Amino acid sequence: MRYPKLFWHGFVVHFKELSASPFQIMTAAIWPLVFATLAYLMFRAGSGAPSLLYASLGAAVMGIWSTTATSAGGAIQRQRWLGLLELLVVAPAPFVFVLAPITVAIAGIGVYSIASTLLWGRLLFGIDVHIASPGLFALAVPATVLAVGMLGLVLASALILYRAASAFSQGLEFPVWLITGLLVPLSVLPGWVTPIAWALAPTWGMRAMRHAALGGSVLPALAMCAVLTVAYGLAAVLLLRYFEQAARRRATLSLT
Amino acid sequence: MTRAGVTTFSRIFFIGGAISFRALFSWITPWVYIPTLLITPMFQLLFFAYLGRTAHLRSDSWFVIGNAVQSASMASLFGMGFAIDGERWSQTLSSVLATPANRAALFLGRALPVLLNSMVTSLFVFVAGRLLLDFHPPLAVVPKLALVVVVACFSVTGLGMTTGAVGLRLRDVPIIANLVMAILLVFCGVNVPLDDLPRWMSAVAQVLPMTHSIGAARRLADGASIGSVDHLLLTDVAIGIAFGIVGFALLRWFEHEGRRLATLDRA
Repeated sequence: MRYPKLFWHGFVVHFKELSASPFQIMTAAIWPLVFATLAYLMFRAGSGAPSLLYASLGAAVMGIWSTTATSAGGAIQRQRWLGLLELLVVAPAPFVFVLAPITVAIAGIGVYSIASTLLWGRLLFGIDVHIASPGLFALAVPATVLAVGMLGLVLASALILYRAASAFSQGLEFPVWLITGLLVPLSVLPGWVTPIAWALAPTWGMRAMRHAALGGSVLPALAMCAVLTVAYGLAAVLLLRYFEQAARRRATLSLT
Repeated sequence: MTRAGVTTFSRIFFIGGAISFRALFSWITPWVYIPTLLITPMFQLLFFAYLGRTAHLRSDSWFVIGNAVQSASMASLFGMGFAIDGERWSQTLSSVLATPANRAALFLGRALPVLLNSMVTSLFVFVAGRLLLDFHPPLAVVPKLALVVVVACFSVTGLGMTTGAVGLRLRDVPIIANLVMAILLVFCGVNVPLDDLPRWMSAVAQVLPMTHSIGAARRLADGASIGSVDHLLLTDVAIGIAFGIVGFALLRWFEHEGRRLATLDRA
């Protein structure tokens, strides 16, 4: 019970802290509105485009990935700047249980984007927000946040030795938006993109939320979210073990 | 202005601008520059080009021009913001403003490297569009597009001067730069034709940098001559100058207020 409790308390603390940051709120709530607006306008102006609720949900998940790409890659760097990294690494709890709540909380504030884009679409574009399966939708949102947050954990773990982690991680924002079918269907993209998309949590989180809202099979996508969450967790444990040892050996853990 | 005055002005403008840019942006290593100012705008282009294909809206060429020109805004807005706000973070703002240096030379000199940097981003996205998408402009059009990029970068750097000036008063310059960049992305006809925007948005777009340059670039790519779009380019230059003047006036005012209230270094 100790580690789930540690995870939950860490998540709550970091979620509150991130919610107080104007920059994070802007990334989570304002930028998705920009992309939602552009998608609405483009879909309206074009022909044969998907529905506006489709665009709304896509922009919402873009917000979840946006906060993750913007901040999760630099999560370790931030602890380093705060002078806390060494303390956290030598704490009795496994480092992965200290870091995971941070990256999941970063993805978690992306839920603001769900609220803001759905409200924005309703108020400004008159989009009827009718959720086909509210219960499954309520399940799909935390499953998406958890899976995307764990992907953020892999990023943070892989970039522990990389001082420009934030910049690199931010550079992944558009590529992942593009290839995970959030607004652009995978069928429009080159075939070689699809296997990459399958390994990325936003693909399945989006599918689960979209199917729950618009109709379709939700459970397979939720199962894939769960599988990826576990896989990312294991990958993060291995990466953290390797990079932590390397950083200790070279005495570079606290170097900014 | 005397000859010595011109020399001093030029020295502060060129050498001072270059040195301050190197000092303030020393943290931009290739590891930061490439993902931020090259990879991100390139994927922004791909994202909107494929979204355009999904919506059956316009050709790849239309999106390449819009996004390549607009991509300059990131370097310009954040660059100008940090060129001013960065002095405060590095605790050199008071020293800089305590000098008797001509303020126009001081601040415009900081704008020049930012402008050049934004041109690099824009040109890179054009090249990426040529290599990755269906964008094949005739060779004769390339110099004309380069001219448009210069005009657009000038214009948006003028706007960056205004948003950067606000950094002397407000704390969160990146947030301001982000919001302005979002406005340009939505309003300027980058990814949605101006005719398909609500009328009030099209009207606002007319006074924003880049709208006219993007329109000019699209017409040039369709085979128009420079002479037929010169009014668009001149309008964008005029918008850039207007924003530059507003920015400079704000800088002087905030500097004056910062001295009066002793708040220059407060961040």
